[in-house]
Amino acid sequence: MSFTPLDQIKETYDVIVIGSGLGGLTCANRLASVGHSVLLLEHHFKLGGLATWFKRKSHIFDVSLHGFPYGMVKTCKKYWTREIRDSIVQLTDIVFDNPQFSLKTTFDKVDFTDKLVRDFAVARQVVDDFFATVNAMNFYDDDGMTTRQLFEKFFPGRTDVHRFLMEPITYANGSTFDEPAITYGIVFSNFMNRGVFTFKGGTDRLIGLMADELQRNGVTLCTRAKVDRVVVDNGRVVGVQVGEKLIKAPCVVSNSGITNTIYNLAGRQAFPEEFLDRIDKVKVNNSSCQVYFGIRPGETIPAIGDLLFTSTAEQFSSEEMLRMDTRSRTFSVYYPKTRPDEKEDYTVVASMNARFDDWAALSEDEYKQAKEEMVERCFVDLERYIPDIRDKCDWVEAATPRTFNRYTLHTKGSSFGTKFEGLDVSRKLFKALPGLFHVGSVGIIMSGWLGAINYGVIVANDADAYLRS
Amino acid sequence: MTRAEINDLILEIIADIDEDAEFDDLDADKPLRDQLDLDSMDFLDIVMELRKRYQLQIPEEDYPELATLTSCVNYLEPKLKDK
Repeated sequence: MSFTPLDQIKETYDVIVIGSGLGGLTCANRLASVGHSVLLLEHHFKLGGLATWFKRKSHIFDVSLHGFPYGMVKTCKKYWTREIRDSIVQLTDIVFDNPQFSLKTTFDKVDFTDKLVRDFAVARQVVDDFFATVNAMNFYDDDGMTTRQLFEKFFPGRTDVHRFLMEPITYANGSTFDEPAITYGIVFSNFMNRGVFTFKGGTDRLIGLMADELQRNGVTLCTRAKVDRVVVDNGRVVGVQVGEKLIKAPCVVSNSGITNTIYNLAGRQAFPEEFLDRIDKVKVNNSSCQVYFGIRPGETIPAIGDLLFTSTAEQFSSEEMLRMDTRSRTFSVYYPKTRPDEKEDYTVVASMNARFDDWAALSEDEYKQAKEEMVERCFVDLERYIPDIRDKCDWVEAATPRTFNRYTLHTKGSSFGTKFEGLDVSRKLFKALPGLFHVGSVGIIMSGWLGAINYGVIVANDADAYLRS
Repeated sequence: MTRAEINDLILEIIADIDEDAEFDDLDADKPLRDQLDLDSMDFLDIVMELRKRYQLQIPEEDYPELATLTSCVNYLEPKLKDK
């Protein structure tokens, strides 16, 4: 794919988008489609942000293609293309395996209701009432209830039910029992609508199709271009600085992390005092670790499920899940159906939640050893499902919060943006500094592939209103 | 624009958003959201389209005014009378 070199871009645009995560790409596409001239700058050589992939030997590893809700179908049709929409397919085999229960589900409301009533012996009326409650939740009416209180209200003392309902969401967005219940309810309901879906052709194909559409809509794409700062004059945004080059625009949409955007790109001095108080309260979410397994060409693995939530911890605990030696991990299994047009390839990606500080504190030797120990723990767990996995692998590699930090530049390698309070700061940024907008994972709700894309549309609407005012 | 023209305009924008939308049994006084399977993102699309076509700025606090077809027409009539 060919992009525009930095020395060939224009001096002035209506909008500059910094960063090419799914939120940034979607925002750029929307703004271009309603007639604005848009420049997108990405520091990495690939587009996609955390929606990324990498190649090793004959394998392609997907980093964040684990499964998204059905809402992606409508969203991709409206804001991207029919071809993108038509490549969305369901993942039907979602597996839970832990000391409290082992089961397989299609991860939708019908099957969850059935499992809760039959396997967990919860009264049907209670399950129906629970679903009615979470379905009715809106992001703008937080009543102060936490997810813990929500679960205790409907399923008091049932740690097995809590785990069944919570564990996948903790992997999806790093949330805990102590988050506002609405953040849980909105994300969980999205998945329960129809189940879990994926993109046929993999992340590389999706991002390629998006880049084509952006260029058709006239967006100038420029990679390997790291923005050093957002330039402010007389209390308004006037452009960005990339090395020696100043590029002018009355509107800048940052798809960098919200804390990076405020502290590093614009700088504290650009914001009024009362807004800084709110900014300083924003907590970034945790990071992740991953281990990637490539199966030697010619070998196969059995159909063990598409997405496995596994743990040998006695009970669910978001604290336990953040430990370096956590016993809880998901396995995303990619069969040849993931990329039907490519050479047959099987890969497995183990994902764990993680704290940046635990990994950042290690010396190089300790870091190397900690990665090896993590790989070994993943092998031991994976052997329960694929006994001869060690013989079948021809590639194993680990990523840590340091890796996420290096590629996304996010503060503390955050893989799920910020906690709930980040949403309000992100949305009101342009009121504190006219012309500066933020798009990207914030507030738990606006995270994941669907959350990021939809938030891109919401911010495009704000930016369009600003540009036409 | 007349009330009838505004009415048609809204339906035309919705048809662009959702090609499967059926307007035959639409009750103009009941929420569009319940009858046409529209979500909050769809209303954002309507707002953005009106801004693109008529430079009309609809602040977020006014979004509830777009709930039904009748309330849309009532709200937009003074704003679009010279368009």
